[in-house]
Amino acid sequence: MAALARKDLLLELRGRETLPAMLLFVVAMLVAFRFALTGEQSDAAAGLLWVAILFTALLGLGRAFVPEREQGVLDGLVLAPCDRSAIWLGKLLATLAFLVLVELVALPAFALFFEPLSGQTIAAVALANVGICAVGTLLAAMAVAARARELLLPLLFLPLALPIVVGGVGATVAEDAGRYLGFLALYDLVFAILAWATFEYVVVE
Amino acid sequence: MLLLGGGVALALLWAPEDADQGISQRIFYIHVPVALTAYACFGWGAWKALRHLWTRGERYDLESYTAIHMGTIFGLLTLVTGSIWAKISWGVWWSWGERQLVLFLILFLFYSAYFMLRFSVDAGPARANLSAVYALFGVVLIPVSFLAIRLAENFIHPVVFTREGPQMAGSMFATFLVCLAGTLALAGALYSNELTGKRLDERLLELRELLA
Repeated sequence: MAALARKDLLLELRGRETLPAMLLFVVAMLVAFRFALTGEQSDAAAGLLWVAILFTALLGLGRAFVPEREQGVLDGLVLAPCDRSAIWLGKLLATLAFLVLVELVALPAFALFFEPLSGQTIAAVALANVGICAVGTLLAAMAVAARARELLLPLLFLPLALPIVVGGVGATVAEDAGRYLGFLALYDLVFAILAWATFEYVVVE
Repeated sequence: MLLLGGGVALALLWAPEDADQGISQRIFYIHVPVALTAYACFGWGAWKALRHLWTRGERYDLESYTAIHMGTIFGLLTLVTGSIWAKISWGVWWSWGERQLVLFLILFLFYSAYFMLRFSVDAGPARANLSAVYALFGVVLIPVSFLAIRLAENFIHPVVFTREGPQMAGSMFATFLVCLAGTLALAGALYSNELTGKRLDERLLELRELLA
């Protein structure tokens, strides 16, 4: 667990690289969406919010394991006498922190540009964050082992993230969001368990 | 092959025509068995992947890969036959309301990424592990996306299998079963054939390395 905290700290330090990029990206994306939509299409705007979140997360995830790989930290971490799933958990927490920080800017910006947000949207975003980071961290660890890593991660990630889009948009648009929030929670649970169980096979060198 | 040929003959000649959809309904005898076979292949591939992670047996990696290869081919066939059926019965090539087809589209994207993953990692235990983990994600994604599509859909897909059992005449069901057995046998044959080929390939590569 100490390794976890240390890794988070390390990430915050180098976060000066990733975090501003994610922030700029999501705001630029929302502005682009504003011009892509003509007239009042609130349902479409809700969908675009989810696309923006997904792609911003992808941007952050793409960077998640790159410094480790470049500096050979991952090998050291794998050799460290702790459960390898702890690496996953540490990375997950760090990515989650990034994503939440970005959303603290992105969600008000969305409310400003498009329409006010409801409580159920925020709840759905919070639930989706966990799922995105749980799956994304594992896939990012996979992608860094491959040759075309920047290319591969979106390909691996987007099909798996489609249920999140369904649940998220549903919770934003529908009157009765309970079912969709429940679905998002189920997704988080199932894929977090799976990612936690399989992570140790991904980082074996 | 015999089973499949017999199934097609039964489907065309023996089974009664659907009162509502006419001749086009007969594609059901190909479309649905092919879809179920694709699921079976994906499931088999994931099972082999699990065995690989469990026992570290090297042969499971190739078996899992071959099964998923077959599954993707059958999945593509499902998309094509489903699309033809949709065109004939509903007048459109693609309908987002049809949940099985949407699910197969998601799965097709997912398993295409699986191949991308395999081709961009060098052969070895690392690749075997990554592929196996991804294959396991796939088999979990199937029910999750199914649930997601169910939540998102509007109902125009005809649901034949309900909780009360299949809603069709006995002869239609028998034909369907023969077709299902046929496609499963075909998939099995293709699978073992492909596996033999890939194993030969591997051994040839080893021999070449020895000689070089």
